[in-house]
Amino acid sequence: MSEPRLLEVKNLSIQFPTRKGIVHAVNDVSWSVDQGETLAILGESGSGKSVSASAVMNLIDTPPAVISSGQILFRGRDLLQASVEQRRLVNGKNISMIFQDPLAALNPVYPVGWQIAETMLVHGIAPDTARRRAIDLLGRVGISDPERRAQDYPHQFSGGQRQRIMIASAIALQPDLLIADEPTSALDVTVQAQVLDLMKELQRESGMGMVIITHDLGVVEKVADKVVVMQAGRIVEAGEVAKVLSQPSNPYTQRLLDAVPGRHGFSVNKAAEAGPTPLLEVRNVSKVYFGRLKLFSSAPQPQVRAVDDASFTLSMGETLGIVGESGSGKSTLARMLLGLDVPTAGSIDFDGKDLLKLSAAETFKVRRRMQFVFQDPTASLNPRMTVQQIVSEPWAIHAGVLPKQQWGQRVAELLHKVGLLPEHAERYPHQFSGGQRQRIAIARSLALQPELIVCDEAVSALDVSIQAQIIDLLKELRREMGLSYVFIAHDLALVRDFATSVVVMYQGRIVEQGPTEQVYGNPQHDYTRRLLAASKVHPGALAA
Amino acid sequence: MGNFIYKRSLQSLLSLALLIILVFFLARLTGSPADLYLPLDATEEMRDQFNQRFGFDDPVYVQFGRFVVGLLQFDLGESIQYSKPAVQVVLQAFPTTLMLAAITMPIVIAVAIVTGSLAAFRPGGMFDRIASLISLIGASTPNFWIAIVGVIVFAVWLRVLPTSGTGTPWHWVLPIAVLCLRPTGVLVQVVRSSMITALSSAYVKTARAKGVRSRAIVFVHALRNALLPVITVASDQAAGIVNGAVIVETVFGFPGIGKLMIDSVLLRDFAVIQAAVLVTALAVFIINIVVDITYALVDPRIRHS
Repeated sequence: MSEPRLLEVKNLSIQFPTRKGIVHAVNDVSWSVDQGETLAILGESGSGKSVSASAVMNLIDTPPAVISSGQILFRGRDLLQASVEQRRLVNGKNISMIFQDPLAALNPVYPVGWQIAETMLVHGIAPDTARRRAIDLLGRVGISDPERRAQDYPHQFSGGQRQRIMIASAIALQPDLLIADEPTSALDVTVQAQVLDLMKELQRESGMGMVIITHDLGVVEKVADKVVVMQAGRIVEAGEVAKVLSQPSNPYTQRLLDAVPGRHGFSVNKAAEAGPTPLLEVRNVSKVYFGRLKLFSSAPQPQVRAVDDASFTLSMGETLGIVGESGSGKSTLARMLLGLDVPTAGSIDFDGKDLLKLSAAETFKVRRRMQFVFQDPTASLNPRMTVQQIVSEPWAIHAGVLPKQQWGQRVAELLHKVGLLPEHAERYPHQFSGGQRQRIAIARSLALQPELIVCDEAVSALDVSIQAQIIDLLKELRREMGLSYVFIAHDLALVRDFATSVVVMYQGRIVEQGPTEQVYGNPQHDYTRRLLAASKVHPGALAA
Repeated sequence: MGNFIYKRSLQSLLSLALLIILVFFLARLTGSPADLYLPLDATEEMRDQFNQRFGFDDPVYVQFGRFVVGLLQFDLGESIQYSKPAVQVVLQAFPTTLMLAAITMPIVIAVAIVTGSLAAFRPGGMFDRIASLISLIGASTPNFWIAIVGVIVFAVWLRVLPTSGTGTPWHWVLPIAVLCLRPTGVLVQVVRSSMITALSSAYVKTARAKGVRSRAIVFVHALRNALLPVITVASDQAAGIVNGAVIVETVFGFPGIGKLMIDSVLLRDFAVIQAAVLVTALAVFIINIVVDITYALVDPRIRHS
């Protein structure tokens, strides 16, 4: 008999009883990973990709869940047959795991040094040694001044640093296997790359096996040797990464690959070629947030320049992508375009009129011509209103646009336009999927026949294949209705597909802007280059 | 921290001033003390003399001015019923109430945390169902009723405990038991729901993945995160008792501040009412400061904001 695999999941099936019946979270799933090897489990939300790994860590509560068949063999020993105490001793020592959102995954009320040391303490290492090693580990994962920072709490670190801390705690006992559940999904693109690099480096040093659970093909490509693709609780494709990505045999894998943004050509601004008519002109806009002045203190009033001297122009029929990390000021800029925030300085002209100088009545009129789609359709749709009420609400606000008798018919038309069915009008938002909800939000934004739609991270909360569908819809509407978009995103690849010109923001400033092709082809600013390098667009490997 | 306490003190001082003004004038709406303290057939001359002695003959604003001046010198006037300085009367009754709170609250908190945490560990399990039912009964049973039933059962039928008054430690058993019941019922529910949230959090998942023992997950990882709402509710309950466990003190004839206040209101002993309100308000203020400091100790995010 050959040497047993490091970890082998064999024919695992797990069910969760829910109110709507039994959900087969994973169905006859098998995968394995060896020492020094990296396996990626790829799938969209709800595909069951995390479930088998959680079962490995005994994180699934049975009951209510039922593990109906299968084995989880760690070095040939079936963990499912082991006692709770035996499995506890495996966790953290032999197999460890990190999670998606490191802020939530670290305990907010304990210092990070203690949290790293805890892994060692529960597995019998003396407190003094554990404390010293925790500090070493912090340094190893790239936290500077580890001695002092070990005393700090999770909220005092950045997102990337928190994930490094999670990693430090996971590798404290040099486990044989590290399972990472969406380790970079909550991080900014440039940080994602650094965290993945760190994980690879640690793997090279220790020779541990890794299982990375992700929805992101870019991550798979970057770190994994083998990949299993999951859909609806089943493995639909498995094999070497290079092979699966270049010759996907399963239609679902093909669709996933096809949905990756950045694989199609640049958008060309046809309208601009015909001689641009400026629709939106932002001139020297700044937004400064003032802190509170201290009584009896001569210290100057603290201020934060969220947006610093931003200028750009959007022509009729054009799509402007605004890209930047969280905290770059792109959302503040959007809020000012929407009139939710007033600029400290500068002007915003819409169709030649300065939005900031308009009377209330004029503003109201202009609002009709600018509409918005927000990031989270669950939050931006009133849960107690039907789709009919949601989509027709703009007509109730802007009286006289459409006589009430025609509302029903027009809602049906709009739903059809965004790819939904007329009978959906009577349903409530919770009866739809995330992608469908965003379609409803888009239908609502179209109700008043606007000329400009501002999309603030409109697809960021959606799965990749759904993202692609929504972007296609927006493109189609652009063609049909001559819409202009301001499209705010942190994902460079998305913008590349869709925008005709791009604005790159960094720390409140516009560091680079121009036609999409130019910014991507010949980035001038250092930050843009870093963003591009970290982004998941790898035309070579993915150009199938 | 010092700055914070200073700010809170200023705020509290303002509400305290408003409260004092309100109590001063509202108390005087109840009528003249002379009607209660003098015989029904008292002459006009006797009434004048009584009012003059306690200063009730002056216009209300003059009385208020005198009250404020006295307040600044820590003189809160004289009790009519006890013919002693009001402060002295209040400070005699207050330790009894404080003692009640000081014994009751630790019992309530300890029982609630242990019961609530165990119930939250397996929501829907047998222990959870029983604990939830009992705590619900505890939270919804009227105090006065359970106090009277307690007296009947333990003092009248079984004759193991005294009916009322103070003196021996046995006198404290029934009042404290009754006083514990409601807060414990409420607090168990708060601990339970707060712990269920904490136990389903991502950091608990992390702890499980690290191999931390169940007991440490519950009492080290989850509990400290679940404490904030518990502290809020517990401090509210403590303030409630310090303010005068009126019903319990009355039923058991306990000479605490609650009973004193009720008696003084009925007897229009304005000086005592004012002094009692002032002292209890100060105590509540101190409780709130302690709670704020506890928040900061429990949650570093509050400390750093």
